[in-house]
Amino acid sequence: MMEKTAESSRLKTITLKVNHKEYTVDVEPRMLLSDVLRDVLRLTGTHVGCEHGVCGACTIMMDERPVRSCLVFGVQADQAEIVTVEGLESENGELHPLQKGFWEKHGLQCGFCTPGMLMTACHLLEHNPDPSREEIREAISGNLCRCTGYQGIVDAVEYAAKEMRERAE
Amino acid sequence: MSIGASLKRLEDYNLLTGRGQYVGDLQFPDQCEAVIIRSPHAHAIIRSIDVEEARRFDGVLLILTASDLPGDLRPIPMRLSPDPILEKALQYPLAKDRVRYVGDPVAVIVAKDRYMAEDAADFIKIEYDVLPPVTDAVQSLQPDAPLLHPDAGTNEVYLIYSKKGDVAERLKTCEHVLKEELYVQRHSGIPMETRGLLALCDEDERLTVYGAAKVVHFNHQLMARLLNKNKEDIRLVETDCGGGFGPRGEFYPEDYLIPFAAMRLKRPVRWIEDRLEHFKATNHSREQTHQVTVGFDGDGRIYALRDEIFFDQGGYIRTHGTTVPSLTQAMLPGPYDFSDIEIVTHLALTNKTPVGTYRGPGRFEGTFVRERVIDMVAAHLKLDPTVVRERNYIRPEQMPYTNGLSALGQIVEFDSGNYAETLDWARKFMGWDSFPEKQARARQEGRFIGLGFASFVEKSGFGPWEFAEVEMRPDGRVICKTGLTEVGQGITTTLAQICSDQLGIPYDRISVVHGDTDLVEKGNGSFATRGAVVGGSAAWHAAGLLKEKLLEVAAGELAVPVDMLALKDGSVVYSEAGQVVMLLDDLLPICLERGISLCEEYTFHIDHMTYPYGCHAAEVELDPDTGALHILNYYIAYDIGRAINPMLVEGQLVGGMAQGLGGAIYEELKYDEIGQLVSGSFMDYLIPTSMEVPEVQTEILENYPSPLNPLGVKGAGEGGTVAVAPAIANAIVNALQEYAIPITSLPLRPERIREALKQMKPER
Ligand code: FES
Ligand code: FES
Repeated sequence: MMEKTAESSRLKTITLKVNHKEYTVDVEPRMLLSDVLRDVLRLTGTHVGCEHGVCGACTIMMDERPVRSCLVFGVQADQAEIVTVEGLESENGELHPLQKGFWEKHGLQCGFCTPGMLMTACHLLEHNPDPSREEIREAISGNLCRCTGYQGIVDAVEYAAKEMRERAE
Repeated sequence: MSIGASLKRLEDYNLLTGRGQYVGDLQFPDQCEAVIIRSPHAHAIIRSIDVEEARRFDGVLLILTASDLPGDLRPIPMRLSPDPILEKALQYPLAKDRVRYVGDPVAVIVAKDRYMAEDAADFIKIEYDVLPPVTDAVQSLQPDAPLLHPDAGTNEVYLIYSKKGDVAERLKTCEHVLKEELYVQRHSGIPMETRGLLALCDEDERLTVYGAAKVVHFNHQLMARLLNKNKEDIRLVETDCGGGFGPRGEFYPEDYLIPFAAMRLKRPVRWIEDRLEHFKATNHSREQTHQVTVGFDGDGRIYALRDEIFFDQGGYIRTHGTTVPSLTQAMLPGPYDFSDIEIVTHLALTNKTPVGTYRGPGRFEGTFVRERVIDMVAAHLKLDPTVVRERNYIRPEQMPYTNGLSALGQIVEFDSGNYAETLDWARKFMGWDSFPEKQARARQEGRFIGLGFASFVEKSGFGPWEFAEVEMRPDGRVICKTGLTEVGQGITTTLAQICSDQLGIPYDRISVVHGDTDLVEKGNGSFATRGAVVGGSAAWHAAGLLKEKLLEVAAGELAVPVDMLALKDGSVVYSEAGQVVMLLDDLLPICLERGISLCEEYTFHIDHMTYPYGCHAAEVELDPDTGALHILNYYIAYDIGRAINPMLVEGQLVGGMAQGLGGAIYEELKYDEIGQLVSGSFMDYLIPTSMEVPEVQTEILENYPSPLNPLGVKGAGEGGTVAVAPAIANAIVNALQEYAIPITSLPLRPERIREALKQMKPER
């Protein structure tokens, strides 16, 4: 182990599509996807709160499913399509209804859990446009928040759901 | 008027779009990463440390052990309530010859990245002679207990004693006497963002350290002192902070080690605590055992209170000194008027992570003890517990009232309030009068429901001062500099609202600058719910001085008496009719031309804390088979004098309640008998999720503004947390009245309720 391993031989080339932009990068096979996003691609909106898959702060959308990026190696995401919190705003800079909802309803305090919450909630609303408060609570139950007591977050998701339904009409 | 309005937060846009800048988000060229090697043993002598093999590892840049630090390096001093007696038990940045808890830092390794540093860390060989540990505060005071700090000569490093009247005499005359032992478990703030630092050292030896929080200016001075540098050669910068709650932002060993490593390497060094490390390294809190005796009459009027408290300090004294135990003691009687009080607190060292504050420090513990005891007195006499509360409250006409105890160098003096009022709100909201029927009906259906109450008095506005500087730029934008810090509570918006009120401009035209020692001259920081009270008052005055100045210039210009004028909606107006007489846009160039500085500062001093208060109420349902607890209704009435932004106050109450709930039912930093932390990850340390935290109803009252500050505010940060445990515990007891279950310790785990139910026969 003391031998200097040629750094290049350890690296794998992967291609990711993140927020509609394609990136090709060389990473060590053991590098976590969360670290690839944050440290290599510099998309630091995705947060890391536990690195053991419990807090949900690192949640991103990977191939249309919410995934904990601290439990995935970067190499496993090769060819995947990823959306992070940076990809929620529309092209013209308009906030996603969920972002608006969180703002209106005081769905965040320190904001650290927020990106993960937003991604999880996004997935919920895509599959259930009119969730009950109970369903919202269940959907976000894998995302820990230490500040808000969740009530503001549930209000925010309700608000966004309504807004999105109205838009769709 | 923007004070009193539920305005949206200025903080949120960046945080919602991923543009926040937490310390882990920063990256500089050549940045490298540190990992701290920590003791795996609770108590041991360090025999040898061999770093040679690790040093040769790929990418390793620096390894530090205690012998690499300056020989005259002093330990980390106390920030609050320092006392010379405690100095023998302070912590050095790296353990020298002995480790005293699992997680005690022993070495630092810096490598090109974290992966490399962790690889190499495995090859540092440390030999320990393991010593017997002590993991219980009561046992640590036994004569044969292992001694943690031989220099101190005892594990009982401090004793706090308070006395009012004569408890022994008074107890003799009391009709009834009750003795109980109650216990509050070890838990802590556990912010979602772990601690982190990023230190840079430039060619001129000037240090910049990102990641400071909470008490930036204090840590600035301390860092300079420990690193032997001029204050001017260090800059501390606050980044976004993923939750404070007490533990985050104090001066820890790493706050010395990371800047030191950066100075040695002349490269940016980053350290981000991982979650497992956080559980061992960052301050714990709360663990206390209380042996209480109360004496009372047949009407439930309590006269005598005696409490012997055993406080588990962990392996060292950290920056809070004796803050938590002394607050427990001084605030223990809470909203009640007891004639005779005697309290003694033993501060005991144990081989566990050192402790500090956590939201509602001392009060969470004391409130649980006291409010349980009130219900026990009621149960003993078969009285309504809310009536027992009523009979013992300090009455409004007794205000200002001192309970004869003191904390943090101040005698407790409740400034104003009506404690019965918040209980009345809670009783009404929860339908206490008709609850017995509801309960009986439920019982017929085989359901166990119960309703419990807990009153509390909080403290806020810890002085001695806070600083603000308010400047209006020629374009009309306002910069408010404050000595406070942002830990997620929304201080930016709060101060902007205060300035906006004074200056008559929209709050989103005000930028609040904080937590940068190059930009803000001085400050004490955000802790102990002091922000709005002390920092808000400073901003109010500074902005007020600026307003006066603007109005004077306008008055001169318009040749009208200055007291006829006011600022409103970006204009100068006649105060009576509100008629616009001059636009700010026209006034500012005049000031600029005349060289009038539109920058005012104010340092607001405060001698006494102020005391918000309230009542929590919980309605619960228990599953007698599993012991599972469901919270059916939860209510908090809280009088905070004045709410600057009610939405943020409610956010504090609801979020605070969730943390209190964690402490009440789920969270425990549990050690085994050899001092290993067995609940040191999110797998075992259970934080309430959205499924456990109920909807919380709040009533924010503003009936008794504080007479001690111009805003009348009393602070909102901690009242949501402190009374959750007793409210729920009392509700459980109420649900199981005929079982006589001894609910005397936290957390209130279902297995305990289930076990108790199995063993206890219904009384009757
Ligand atoms: S950081 Fe991935 S779940 Fe916590
Ligand atoms: S807003 Fe701070 S953790 Fe959720």
